[in-house]
Amino acid sequence: MVFEKEMITMLLEGTRDTLYMTLVSTLFGYVIGLPVGILLTVTDKDGIRPNAFVYRIIDIIVNIMRSIPFLILLILVIPLTKLIVGKSYGSSATIVPLVIAAAPFIARMVESSLKEVDKGVIEAATSMGASDFTIITKVLIPEARTSLLVGVTIVTGTILGYSAMAGTVGGGGLGDIAIRYGYYRYQTDVMLVTIVILVALVQILQGIGMIISRKLDRRIA
Amino acid sequence: MPPIIEVKNLCKSFETKEGRVDAAKNISFSVEKGEIFGIIGLSGAGKSTLVRCLNLLERPDSGDVLVNGQSLLAMSPKELSMRRQGIGMIFQHFNLLMQRNVIDNICFPMEIAKVPRAKAKQRATELLETVGMTDKALAYPAQLSGGQKQRVAIARVLANNPEILLCDEATSALDPQTTRSILELLQHISKTMNITVIIITHEMSVVQQICKRVAVLDSGAVAEQGDVKEIFTSPKTEAAKRLVISGVRPVDLMHGKKMVRIIFDGQSSYEPVVGNVTLAFGTPVNIMYADTKDIGGSAVGEMILQLPEDPITAQRMIDYLKERKLVVEEV
Repeated sequence: MVFEKEMITMLLEGTRDTLYMTLVSTLFGYVIGLPVGILLTVTDKDGIRPNAFVYRIIDIIVNIMRSIPFLILLILVIPLTKLIVGKSYGSSATIVPLVIAAAPFIARMVESSLKEVDKGVIEAATSMGASDFTIITKVLIPEARTSLLVGVTIVTGTILGYSAMAGTVGGGGLGDIAIRYGYYRYQTDVMLVTIVILVALVQILQGIGMIISRKLDRRIA
Repeated sequence: MPPIIEVKNLCKSFETKEGRVDAAKNISFSVEKGEIFGIIGLSGAGKSTLVRCLNLLERPDSGDVLVNGQSLLAMSPKELSMRRQGIGMIFQHFNLLMQRNVIDNICFPMEIAKVPRAKAKQRATELLETVGMTDKALAYPAQLSGGQKQRVAIARVLANNPEILLCDEATSALDPQTTRSILELLQHISKTMNITVIIITHEMSVVQQICKRVAVLDSGAVAEQGDVKEIFTSPKTEAAKRLVISGVRPVDLMHGKKMVRIIFDGQSSYEPVVGNVTLAFGTPVNIMYADTKDIGGSAVGEMILQLPEDPITAQRMIDYLKERKLVVEEV
């Protein structure tokens, strides 16, 4: 299996595009998902500021958005993508649906991580006169940081998978190459190589995430 | 001067799946400045709810909590936050920040009070010395024993110079020896820094060691309150008796038998009463339990005797013991 120089360049560019889509989408996903996740934690019935109405509304929106299959979402948001990016194809355009798909998922991940924080520690902070903001920034997030980082790792892996799916509709990146060469042109070797690269990327991202979260965990004696 | 804490007709109930639970029923008591006050009760008596009402972690349904004569319930959230900085609380499970080391844990309340970082560090170092943990400044809570964690929690609670310290079962997760050393530390702090301490516990031994006055809580209400020594020697209510007696032995074992508890204090005669009872009535009594306790600095002896089955002899024995100025109670 010998590849032309152009093919190698294309695969390298595909890898770069995939990483670009994944990392930027994860970042923007957290810009939206983190505050929503915090809001879910805080307004839940045993949160620091229970508010059944707010919780229920966000809860429903998050659930609805999470139930839309990604491929459908890709097509549904094309008008919005055009508005923001100016075109509906290519890796930058794929970031829009990726962020929309990832944000509710991230919100849930953040919510479950923050809910792991010991209620007693929050109570201790309240007894010291801490404000809600202080509890969020100095207790909830730092105490849950290991779990939050594991969440980031899982989210990154999931978005990487979604970005490959976006290749089917001209989304760019490795998924795009796999579809065009491996599927439409029957070049199985190209498809295999893209899969190997994708697997390697997931492994590396997962490994880095786990190392960082473990390094930052002080709960182990 | 008003008492530092005054609880007036405090009521609090919860709705649970099993129905309404009255966790606090019309509770009133007051605590003087510098005092170590105990609140004792079996589990489910409403102790935790009551202590959480003292800094409004729980809001009472009715009644009032006055600190230095000011009602906490009338305060705005901002005023309450400020007020809470002067009411420290330590917990059964310590509740330290697991991702921060010891010194940063102690700095935490000072971050809330916006104390400059350098000053906070300095104060934290001093406090570590007070609680005898200087060598563990950079350790993380996961690396400490239970007693060490509680010492860090005490250092942390002292950071903002509280006037009041609430202890919610603070020694219940510790072994007896560690419990004693933590109680000694609390006593030392109370005395040297003039801090009022309120101790919530289910263990009579804790109250005996450091409290002067105690309130006995039973199913959400104050069953009796007063001097520890008095309640220990002559508990008037069922709840108090149960606590005083169950602290040391399984009560169930003695159920249904003719038992009396006699108390000796400094004023009792030097007569060998138990021996004399046996001689005088010509029938033996069985010593089930005997102990001497240090209550508020004076030695108090306690003994449980099993009397003969015959009710007339038993009654005469009780009278005999009472004539000798002993406190005698049927168990």
